[in-house]
Amino acid sequence: MIGNLPFVVCMILVGLGLWTLLSRRNLIKLAIGITLIESGVNLFLVALGYVERGVAPIYTYAPPRAKMVLPTPQALTLTSIVIGLATTALMLAFAVVIYRHRGTLDARKIRELRG
Amino acid sequence: MTVVVRTVARIIAPMILAFGGYVIMHGHLTPGGGFQGGAVAASALALLAISFGFGRWKGIKAPLSFLEDLGALAFVALGFLGIGYTFFRNVLAASGGLFGAPVPPGPNPGLLETGGTLPLMNWAVGLKVIAGLGSVVLLLGLFGGEDDR
Amino acid sequence: MKWVRVGALLLVVGLLFGAAAWMRPFGRPSLAEMDAYFIQKAQAEAGANNVVTSVVFDYRGFDTLGEATVLFCAVVGVALVLRRVLR
Repeated sequence: MIGNLPFVVCMILVGLGLWTLLSRRNLIKLAIGITLIESGVNLFLVALGYVERGVAPIYTYAPPRAKMVLPTPQALTLTSIVIGLATTALMLAFAVVIYRHRGTLDARKIRELRG
Repeated sequence: MTVVVRTVARIIAPMILAFGGYVIMHGHLTPGGGFQGGAVAASALALLAISFGFGRWKGIKAPLSFLEDLGALAFVALGFLGIGYTFFRNVLAASGGLFGAPVPPGPNPGLLETGGTLPLMNWAVGLKVIAGLGSVVLLLGLFGGEDDR
Repeated sequence: MKWVRVGALLLVVGLLFGAAAWMRPFGRPSLAEMDAYFIQKAQAEAGANNVVTSVVFDYRGFDTLGEATVLFCAVVGVALVLRRVLR
């Protein structure tokens, strides 16, 4: 249990993001919640690839005969970070346009399809 | 922004750009790569745009979109370079040509001219990320209108 | 209605915590044969010291192509949504 503390920390981030999504109505805060969930998942992916007493998988000035952590989760986390950035940019652009058209960022008020 | 912010931005922005270029250029040797270095360099663009006002940078949009297309096309072309074997085959590695020096096995200080197509792909993706992030920040700021406080 | 939402959230978060606590131990990943291959052969095959970069751009280059496409589409989408300033 206590050895799995990094996984638990990632789940705390995901839980905070879910709570933000459920309890807030501001569109910017919803974007912040989604970004929190993304951060939790990215940290979880990196933590999955950790090997005990491993060094980063880079041979430049690496300590001799050191174990290296798994490179594939790190590569996929890189992909995930870039895709999260793309979705965040799109969400913020939509929030800006919605605020310009409706004058409010409240998700409850802009739910009706009118105008 | 105030003159303090402008002066500090004028001093720091070239350093951030140079560090981004370093991270991209040494992507196959040290932690980093095209995406990370591109994000660092794009933060320099965001700093300049915020401190000097977005309206002044309106003319940079066309070069940025050109850079983005150039990066994407260069990346796909480098992928097609190895189509004789398979897509994304690293044909330049250890061939003795461009970036083709053999790598000493095991931990080593790192040679810049190794890696085959990896440094070129790092540059392509780095240009793409600089242009993409910079144009996103610029578009959001331009849409918000001038608020030069 | 609010308490139902809070209860569902607590249930989901409790399941997440349980899964994280009773997972396999931290630092001992399973199925590491592919990564051992990458770590051993990346210097000879891809010619790069940075194994992560060789995985991103060489072994899984097709993945990176899709990622670049997603980034391109996001930039195009932002430019389309905010097209008033483009004119």
